[in-house]
Amino acid sequence: MAGIAGHKSALTWAVHISVALLVVLWLFPTIGLFVSSFRTADQISSSGWWAALTSSEQNQVYRAADPDDNRVAEGDGFVVTGNIFEDEPREIRAWGVSSRNVSAFQAGETAEMKDGETVTLQPDGSYVWRGNDKQLSGRGQRIFVTATVPPEFTADNYKTILFSGTGQDNMAKAFFNTLTVTIPATIIPIVVAAFAAYALAWMEFPGRALLIAAVVALLVVPLQLALIPLLRLHLGIGIGKGYLGVWLAHTAFGMPLAVYLLRNYMVGLPRDIIENAKVDGATDFQIFTRIILPLSFPALASFAIFQFLWTWNDLLVAKVFLIDATGSTTVMTNQIVELLGTRGGNWEILATAAFVSIAVPLFVFFAMQRYLVRGLLAGSVK
Amino acid sequence: MLMENPAVLGLVTIVVGVGACLGYYYLSNQFLDKILFPAKGPNAGRNINRANMIRPWLFLFPALFALTLYLAYPVFETLRLSLTDRTQGGAFVGFDNYRQMMNEAKFWEAVRNNMLWLIVVPAASTAFGLLVAQLTDRIRWGNLAKSLIFMPMAISFVGASVIFKLIYDTRPEDQNQIGVLNAVWLKFDGGIGSIFTLQVVPTALLLAFSGVVAYVVWMFVRDLVATGKDRSIWLMPLRLVVALGGMWLIWISVSSVVGIWFTELPYGEPQTWLTIPLWNNFLLMVVLIWIQTGFAMVILSAALRGIPEETVEAAIVDGANPFQIFFKIKVPQIMGTIVVVWTTITLTVLKVFDIVFAMTNGQWETQVLANYMYDKLFRANDWGVGSASAIIIMLLVTPILVWNVYNARKEMR
Amino acid sequence: MTSLSLKDVSKSYGPVEVLRNIDLEIEEGELIVFVGPSGCGKSTLLRMIAGLEKITGGTLEIDGTVVNDVPPAQRGIAMVFQSYALYPHMTVYDNMAFALKLAHQSKDEIDKAVRSAAETLQLTHLLDRLPKALSGGQRQRVAIGRAIVRDPKVFLFDEPLSNLDAALRVATRIEIAQLKESMPESTMIYVTHDQVEAMTLASRIVVLHGGDVEQFGKPLELYERPANTFVAQFIGSPAMNLIEAKVTATGETTSVQMADGGHADVPIASRESDLGTSVKLGVRPEDLTITQSDDYLVSAEVEIVEALGETTVLYFKAENGDPSLIAKLPGINKIDKHTTVRMTAEQDKLHLFDSAGKSFLYR
Repeated sequence: MAGIAGHKSALTWAVHISVALLVVLWLFPTIGLFVSSFRTADQISSSGWWAALTSSEQNQVYRAADPDDNRVAEGDGFVVTGNIFEDEPREIRAWGVSSRNVSAFQAGETAEMKDGETVTLQPDGSYVWRGNDKQLSGRGQRIFVTATVPPEFTADNYKTILFSGTGQDNMAKAFFNTLTVTIPATIIPIVVAAFAAYALAWMEFPGRALLIAAVVALLVVPLQLALIPLLRLHLGIGIGKGYLGVWLAHTAFGMPLAVYLLRNYMVGLPRDIIENAKVDGATDFQIFTRIILPLSFPALASFAIFQFLWTWNDLLVAKVFLIDATGSTTVMTNQIVELLGTRGGNWEILATAAFVSIAVPLFVFFAMQRYLVRGLLAGSVK
Repeated sequence: MLMENPAVLGLVTIVVGVGACLGYYYLSNQFLDKILFPAKGPNAGRNINRANMIRPWLFLFPALFALTLYLAYPVFETLRLSLTDRTQGGAFVGFDNYRQMMNEAKFWEAVRNNMLWLIVVPAASTAFGLLVAQLTDRIRWGNLAKSLIFMPMAISFVGASVIFKLIYDTRPEDQNQIGVLNAVWLKFDGGIGSIFTLQVVPTALLLAFSGVVAYVVWMFVRDLVATGKDRSIWLMPLRLVVALGGMWLIWISVSSVVGIWFTELPYGEPQTWLTIPLWNNFLLMVVLIWIQTGFAMVILSAALRGIPEETVEAAIVDGANPFQIFFKIKVPQIMGTIVVVWTTITLTVLKVFDIVFAMTNGQWETQVLANYMYDKLFRANDWGVGSASAIIIMLLVTPILVWNVYNARKEMR
Repeated sequence: MTSLSLKDVSKSYGPVEVLRNIDLEIEEGELIVFVGPSGCGKSTLLRMIAGLEKITGGTLEIDGTVVNDVPPAQRGIAMVFQSYALYPHMTVYDNMAFALKLAHQSKDEIDKAVRSAAETLQLTHLLDRLPKALSGGQRQRVAIGRAIVRDPKVFLFDEPLSNLDAALRVATRIEIAQLKESMPESTMIYVTHDQVEAMTLASRIVVLHGGDVEQFGKPLELYERPANTFVAQFIGSPAMNLIEAKVTATGETTSVQMADGGHADVPIASRESDLGTSVKLGVRPEDLTITQSDDYLVSAEVEIVEALGETTVLYFKAENGDPSLIAKLPGINKIDKHTTVRMTAEQDKLHLFDSAGKSFLYR
């Protein structure tokens, strides 16, 4: 509406700013995961991921050594000495002894606490903590340090998750399992559905309208209903839990959308082309393979992306039809859920595992977004 | 040995599966045309006609087989199972499973939560989607913005759960909070700013929400009260459902307002968000809203683009301001699409399982029907009650199913 | 009284200038038609008057007030769009009432205005219908009704008939003429690419071409005294013939000599400096008559004969790349193909244009 006379440009600015805010809000969670996957366990647990990016200042809490073990008598009181930076030296910008004021002092200054208790912290991290018997007991004095730390990232987490990790930490097997589930479960329904869609779109036979209505109805049937009967069926006919079962299940569960999407697309193809081919003497089979399939490529691609994302991201179908007690056929989603249970606090593992599992769909998403959008527009029942 | 590698197995399956499919279609067509009804000889004409009557079914057979066996048959089988008891060797027990389920507090918790999900998630996703679609419509980097907001669509529910668990993470009080929510929460200290952000603003939002709900309820009930209008009988249940649901929502929002002002907020203490009853449901819903907004946005954006530009210009000439153009000209014109988006998200919500399973597994009063069912099926091994709860989900889906079929048939005519 | 005036108005999209220095004074009660080929800027000009496009240079006054930066709704204009732009979700009544509701008029006022407009346009029985239940002509009338209820100073019509079929177009054209008749005070601006609409409806016509006003005048003035070759060829069907000629004598009457031997004395004044220059002699197909005398304008070979009954149209063979000549003779005229005929015209039906295409009359 930029061209309209008397239009206020303030509104345009408001629009730009709101969109920017929304985009940031929507990206923020994913970026958090992404950044976290490149940080070490220590970094993750000591500061929020946003701190890793925005500033090189970190607030850290150290404790002086346990006074009961380390205190040394000095005069009428005691003293504990040591260095808070045991592992790696940091540059201290400010420090404090209370969580209410974590940056009360500069390095080299002495903090005076109640009743003559003092802490002195040197720039190199060495401290001297003086006090009487009562003060220097129990746990070590907390020292809050605001340190300047250069942003640091590591790819170690990915090494662990993809190669060197053991047991649940290694996603390599689950990655290939997921791939094994996904690819056949994406390709087979396309072939089957394309033939059915052609019949429903371009062949005359009694009951066609009824079948189309049935497909639309099945489109919304929750797959929860299928779980028990089909699991019983699979166990009954000897397929059991395994790849074959999950392929069949995914093929069937994707079928209504595939048929619906492809039929809608094929019905829109120009009738003249098909009739011309018939006049030229082509059989239905030839028309389908030589004309309809190539022309339907956009719809086929749309559905392929849907089915790929859906099977890759699926948890329920895999849990019911694939993963048996041995767990050797676990898929990534399932392994992540298990990690959430067993290693809920190990964010470096969790974040990396999750990012490995979403990287492939994200790549597909950005590479083929056009087809995805087109499929969405065609696939929502109008 | 080689065959046991799943990757090889997968490859073989693709080749065999696709090959078998194509082979089936090719050979069955050949059989039909060359052997069964050859298009030669004295009966050529009749044979061609016969072959053409059979051919559609050759094309359809595999798809129909899959649909029937994997989707249609289970509906009835689940219905049957829900009336039997596994421990009694599958004996028919009437509505015992349903009765047992109705007596479980966890079931009612799941129903209540599902209702909340059904209202909040489609409404919020559609509203955000519409907002983004409208805002990005005319700006130059709109497509980029849309693409980024659409991105969560590609992320699995499990992946999204991990992402949001990090956001909701809690650390002990003396440590740095690594969850954004707690980090933000600790910024509030109970001062004026906190009261404004955490009490005044939510109160205003909740009251505005109740106002909107009350208005919608009034719109639906008005025709019942008004005389002279022809009332269609089949709309009556809908009106009643909307009215009752609306009342419930208003009650919940008003009681929340009371809660906001009379609860001591624990400022300065990190919260374990996912364990706070009722509110944790909303935190789980955020995950789905985050994912579904992109979907709503893409479809609504296309619908907005489809609005004839001249109607908007006519409204400008008629003196409508940007808000009036949006609410009085644009939104009514895409109402059909909004309903489609709404119902599609509703379907997703009814089936939501992964998010709850991964984040809380139904603890702390976050149970939903799909997860309840999974619990019954695979933890309690109670197929009867599991099937019964699946049937409840099916019942909730049925109105949408009927509506979709009705619309699809109307469109085909 | 001047109702609308454009002073030095121009429009550019970045470096691309689509309208240049437009100056127009439009009196109250006029029906002005903007006409021109597609892409000439006529719709853009109308949309600038409506306020739907920003004016990038010059001033626009409506009723003596500069309205360059006034939002469309406050300019006192109403617009009828090409596709009618009816709000599909509102009934006919609500479509017509929408602007008034936005202006917070009272219910009674709105009702009165809508019903009286509906009365005028014979829409009363359709007021409760949605646009999709209306025929094309009815939609057109609703769109006009929506403009009328606002009681604007200036009505703007953007090719309102182009979506109607031929028969309905004629009927609606007459309706619009009657509507104008019934509202003598209101000013109307009407955009079209159809010269018949322009000639029949307009009190004055603005001919636009490539972002410039080629001529602004009464319909017959444009026909009889076109300012340049563009207007000459745009108004009238078939288009005016333009014949290359050389000036052989100047003065009150100008003599020209054609390459094929034809000759004409045109009663249009010329300057002495014109002597010997190349000019274009313009003559309308309907003004040409067959002659046997040696005093002819052109002599050419007939290539195609179109006998239409009421007229006979002759297409002459073009020589050395010139556009072919056309003659439109009244009644049935039996002339064989490939005969060479001599054509002439009355002197006061001739037009003279200089080498730049400008009419001698307007120099």
